[in-house]
Amino acid sequence: MSALLEIDNVTLRFGGVVAVNQVSFNVEEGEVFALVGPNGAGKSTLFNLISRIYDPAEGDIRFDGESILGKAPHDIARLGIARTFQNIELFEQATVMQNLLVGRHRHRKSNMWTELAFTPFVRAEERRHREAIEKVIDFLDLQAYRDKYIAGLPYGVRKVVEMGRALAIEPRLLLLDEPASGLSVEETQDVAFWVEDIKKQMGITVLMVEHDMHLVSAVSDRVLALADGQMLSIGKPHEVQNDPRVIEAYIGVSDEKQEVPA
Amino acid sequence: MDVLQLIVSGLANGCVYGLVAMGFVLIYKATEAVNFAQGDFMMLGAFICLGLTNPQFMGLPFWISVPIAIAAMGAFGYALDLVVLRRMFGQSQVAVIILTIALGFVLRFAAGLIWGHEPISLQTPMAGQYVRFGGLVLGLNELIIILVTVALTVILYFYFNRTKLGVAMQASSQNQLAAYYMGIPVKRIHSLIWALAGMVAAVAGILFASKGSIDPSIGLLGIKAFAAAVIGGFGSLPGALLGGLIVGLLEPFASRYIAAGYSQIMPYLLLFLILVFRPHGILAQVHQKKV
Amino acid sequence: MRTVFKTSYDADINLFRHGAQRGWYILLLVVMLVLPLGVSSFAIGEMTNLLIWSIACMGLMILVGQTGQASLGHAAFLAIGCYANVLLQERLGLPFILSFPLAGLIAGIAGALIARPMTKLHGIYLAIGTLAIAILVDDFIVIAAPLTNGVIGLFAPDIDIFGLSFNRYANPERLYYLILGITLLVVLAYRNLQRSPLGRSFAAIRDSEISAQAMGVNVARTKAVAFGISAGITGLAGALMGHFAGIFNNETFNIIISIQLLLAIVIGGLGTIHGAFFGAAVVALLPQAISMTRDLLNQVLGGGSIAIPGLESAIFGAILIAFILFEPSGIYGRWFKIRTYFELFPFYRRDMFRRQKSYLKTERMR
Repeated sequence: MSALLEIDNVTLRFGGVVAVNQVSFNVEEGEVFALVGPNGAGKSTLFNLISRIYDPAEGDIRFDGESILGKAPHDIARLGIARTFQNIELFEQATVMQNLLVGRHRHRKSNMWTELAFTPFVRAEERRHREAIEKVIDFLDLQAYRDKYIAGLPYGVRKVVEMGRALAIEPRLLLLDEPASGLSVEETQDVAFWVEDIKKQMGITVLMVEHDMHLVSAVSDRVLALADGQMLSIGKPHEVQNDPRVIEAYIGVSDEKQEVPA
Repeated sequence: MDVLQLIVSGLANGCVYGLVAMGFVLIYKATEAVNFAQGDFMMLGAFICLGLTNPQFMGLPFWISVPIAIAAMGAFGYALDLVVLRRMFGQSQVAVIILTIALGFVLRFAAGLIWGHEPISLQTPMAGQYVRFGGLVLGLNELIIILVTVALTVILYFYFNRTKLGVAMQASSQNQLAAYYMGIPVKRIHSLIWALAGMVAAVAGILFASKGSIDPSIGLLGIKAFAAAVIGGFGSLPGALLGGLIVGLLEPFASRYIAAGYSQIMPYLLLFLILVFRPHGILAQVHQKKV
Repeated sequence: MRTVFKTSYDADINLFRHGAQRGWYILLLVVMLVLPLGVSSFAIGEMTNLLIWSIACMGLMILVGQTGQASLGHAAFLAIGCYANVLLQERLGLPFILSFPLAGLIAGIAGALIARPMTKLHGIYLAIGTLAIAILVDDFIVIAAPLTNGVIGLFAPDIDIFGLSFNRYANPERLYYLILGITLLVVLAYRNLQRSPLGRSFAAIRDSEISAQAMGVNVARTKAVAFGISAGITGLAGALMGHFAGIFNNETFNIIISIQLLLAIVIGGLGTIHGAFFGAAVVALLPQAISMTRDLLNQVLGGGSIAIPGLESAIFGAILIAFILFEPSGIYGRWFKIRTYFELFPFYRRDMFRRQKSYLKTERMR
């Protein structure tokens, strides 16, 4: 049986810069897989490749055994891949509920004409979507913010809403881009529990980019360390952390003031 | 010979479009705002010069009223930014577009009140004089329009790419906050650029008025100039001139070789095609947003 | 600022948020229904005109307020709707009851088709592209003179529904009720859109295209659909404008109308149905207000009645500038604040609706 997500020898160049260089790895169904590395290592670029925002120069990306390179960016969610963004891309002029409901777009069964007439079928669908959303709201403890506009919410809550919106898609694979960046210690702990539950209770595979090595080693099954678009090391969290090449990438030759992975 | 004359008059028209388009681009480059009233700035500049020169108004010598008109439009642009546009700081592009459209309405009305709605000609020393090259007869005003436009484009181009202030203007548009941190007085630069755009508009207006009569509605020419700016590539000064020239040449040739009604259509048809196939103009300058 | 205790999902889905709100709207409807009984036929005509403009404003609002796409070219769709409606009646002999919805459909399809290649455009590029379309349609009407009768224009026949005739002068109340009914249907469709997945995907595109796409929204297609619905409703308004004016040509729908339409919804308040009505009220009633003021001034000052050309658009422009500078959320925004003030009295805080000042980053990075 093949892996859920296969990154097969992918290379991406921006002009003369090689952002991702011959990266290959598999994400197995049901695991939490983390990408770590200094800034500019190509982690978010990999996410954008999976989201089909960029086209790889070489290589293939397969989801559930099928190449996604022929798909349009909006088809990715329909395949069952959801994602969050590093710098939060929520719908600011809408409420939390409406944001989460957009996540249900993949499950839309009505069309323009029935919606303009708002037929009983559309109403029944709306109820069904809301039932599904309610589960996400309960799971992430968002009840207090249900009808609040995003524009007025604190950063930490927005991060959670974005995760909720991705869960509303009911994905098979969840891409989390720095889920804990900018969060307090308590909030980061919440994220750790949620990621555990997403994996165990919901059975969703998680691929995440994260700088917080405590979080990474607490929740992930496997870790891939990248630097300058190159694969450095792949394996269990503690193996990767102790890999001399990874340590060198963080504190050795590069001038970047990165935290030493703990 | 006929074709050559068509080309020269088309180029002269195109130069005026190009100058107005440059006004758009100047403001866009430095402030990211789009001044839809640029055509009405041109109209106002032309009328100020006319009001100073023509005997029925003040009757000053032409060569005195030209610098006064240019300076007045510079002051107008500066004041406008100071009083109105500075309050718009940080608002969306479309809000500024709408604001300047409304401003155009007000300017047209004001000009009509002062100078009336009848077409008037600006009395210039160049009017009615011709230059002969062999069998070719060209209007002196058309040649002057072309020369002035080329000179102004070169000056502005070097100003933006070679001088400190010009580079600061570019920087302030790309990221206002970062420009602040770098010690660039963003707000004053914005006012200066509006002043500059006002001056360029005045030059365009005076050149336009030297070709024929004007009335307050000539500001609507700004729409065509805007199309020219987009055709050339918004954000590029030479592109603006190029776009202006293309539109200027397209018009007489379309009405000559297709049918009279088509001279109106062709610029916009070209614009539409450019937007569809090369959305950011011939000399483009756009990047993808990062997530 | 009333707190609604939601006890079922329907509380979110229903048309009105609570019973009191429904009561107010029913009252408004009753007022609209009895209005013709008490006023002159001139005033009925003005109200009819206002309703037609409201439909046009709602059409544009779906695009600009809901989807966040600027359009300076909606007069084109007014024109397409108007010409399609009259030509279907005159050339094909269709009755109004068929030609009217077909005119909306034709305008809508035209809108979607025109928008399809422009869905990658943003901000100024979209503004100028749509402006070009308005100008092209204007010129096309002149060139296609055999069909459209060019600059001479066309007459619109009286609306005739199963032998019942609607004329602005002969029976203004009847026309008013017909157009009120159409307006209500459009409002209902607009509300339905807002509370259904399509409307949410419009809002998603307005706020963040990149994440709308990541949620599975086909951005290009959805934008074209938004353009289509918007152009369709605008086309319906255009068809009614033709009947209301009686005679029309290419100049009836020039670019100034496009621009006025956009300015109207900004004055009214972007993103709300209320805003569309407030904006329409300003556009439709301003000329009358100005001429009445002028007559009044002339009576007081004793001067002759002099028409000042361009005064109307200048005042319109000045109102707009004032709104953008001092109340960017439009008439509706101001009304909302006043209402909140009384609802919360005495707990309203001045900076309750203060927006965060943001620094503009380049829009070249899209």
